[in-house]
Amino acid sequence: MERSKNDVWVGLFVILGLAALVFLALQSANLLNLNWQSGYRVSAKFDNIGGLKPKAAVRSAGVVVGRVRAINFDDATFQARVELEIDKRYLFPKDSSLKILTSGLLGDQYIGIEPGADEKNLTDGDSIAATQSAVVLENLIGQFLYGKAQEGGSPAAATAGKK
Amino acid sequence: MSWWRPSDVGFAVRNRLVDIGAGARLFMRLAVLLGATLRRPALVRDQVHFLGNHSLVIIALSGLFVGFVLALQGYNVLQLYGSEASLGLVVTLSLVRELGPVVTALLFAGRAGTSLTAEIGLMRAGEQLSAMEMMAVDPVQRILAPRFWGGVIAMPVLAAVFSAVGVAGGWLVGVVMIGVDGGAFWGQMQSGVDVFKDVGNGVLKSIVFGVAVTFTAVLQGYVAKPTPEGVSRATTRTVVIASLAVLALDFILTALMFSL
Repeated sequence: MERSKNDVWVGLFVILGLAALVFLALQSANLLNLNWQSGYRVSAKFDNIGGLKPKAAVRSAGVVVGRVRAINFDDATFQARVELEIDKRYLFPKDSSLKILTSGLLGDQYIGIEPGADEKNLTDGDSIAATQSAVVLENLIGQFLYGKAQEGGSPAAATAGKK
Repeated sequence: MSWWRPSDVGFAVRNRLVDIGAGARLFMRLAVLLGATLRRPALVRDQVHFLGNHSLVIIALSGLFVGFVLALQGYNVLQLYGSEASLGLVVTLSLVRELGPVVTALLFAGRAGTSLTAEIGLMRAGEQLSAMEMMAVDPVQRILAPRFWGGVIAMPVLAAVFSAVGVAGGWLVGVVMIGVDGGAFWGQMQSGVDVFKDVGNGVLKSIVFGVAVTFTAVLQGYVAKPTPEGVSRATTRTVVIASLAVLALDFILTALMFSL
């Protein structure tokens, strides 16, 4: 087949398009970190996960150390089961605790790990027992109103506990 | 006598059906002719050069300016909520999911679709297509199919270039000009954009739009009345039909791809 100078330009055109796609995939969608499998998985149960989503960050001292892999509902305990994947570079004691926190006032929710004092470290498949649920604004307001009502003087309600 | 009779309605419906049927048959033929077309890649190559390379400047420039404007407008709204860090995410998602494929398809209809229609329409008006048939050369295979497949190849490439240049433009205005933190700009983008769900679906959209725009252009040229007025009408119809088809398809595809 005969070749023409168009071959060069069409080739460059297609290569440019592929380069644009690679740029989008690598730079904006971070394809390389998507297949980040070099971590260990741990699970935890929360009473309430608030607005936590899969792929949310797991942070310790503000540094991202892992990601939320999956969130399921456990209908035996009526709790949310969250699977975390933590970068294998970072080791945490077995009795570390998890908290659901919010970055900023309206920001994304993420999981904070507070390291414990155990001598053994978390390994693949472990589950973390000590968890603290997300702060739900409605519950907070409810507790506040409840507290206000108590100040007004009905001491019998004090033992009833929160709703 | 009433101003319309049932037979008028019947005639109009039948005409419409015949048009749709002719269009569908041409579409099937073009799809089937993919193999035969790829056996003569030089023809497709010349069409990709004509439709793709020559559209590159307008597409890249439009992408750059759309990225500029998105960053400016996005920043204005986001800084009200103190979340200008997610500017990169906003710019990239709007470009990759919607604006990249849609604006590229609209520009492609204006830049490349019209020239396809005019070219094929003038070939029909000049009886070149009939002359080919006389020589037992199938004009659908020799003229229409390479143009159709050339356009289908060029369109996703152009859309990818548009999105990439747009992201770069957003970075230029957002980070370099306004001074949003560069790390947050890319970081939020990388945590929020999914390769397959966002970039992949954007590419899929651009392929569908490429088929829609190029097919409209080729069909309008092929069925154009062989007069100067007919060709000019066909060219206008290409832009109108292709643009509306792209916008309607975009709604349907978005509903299919991004609904929960």
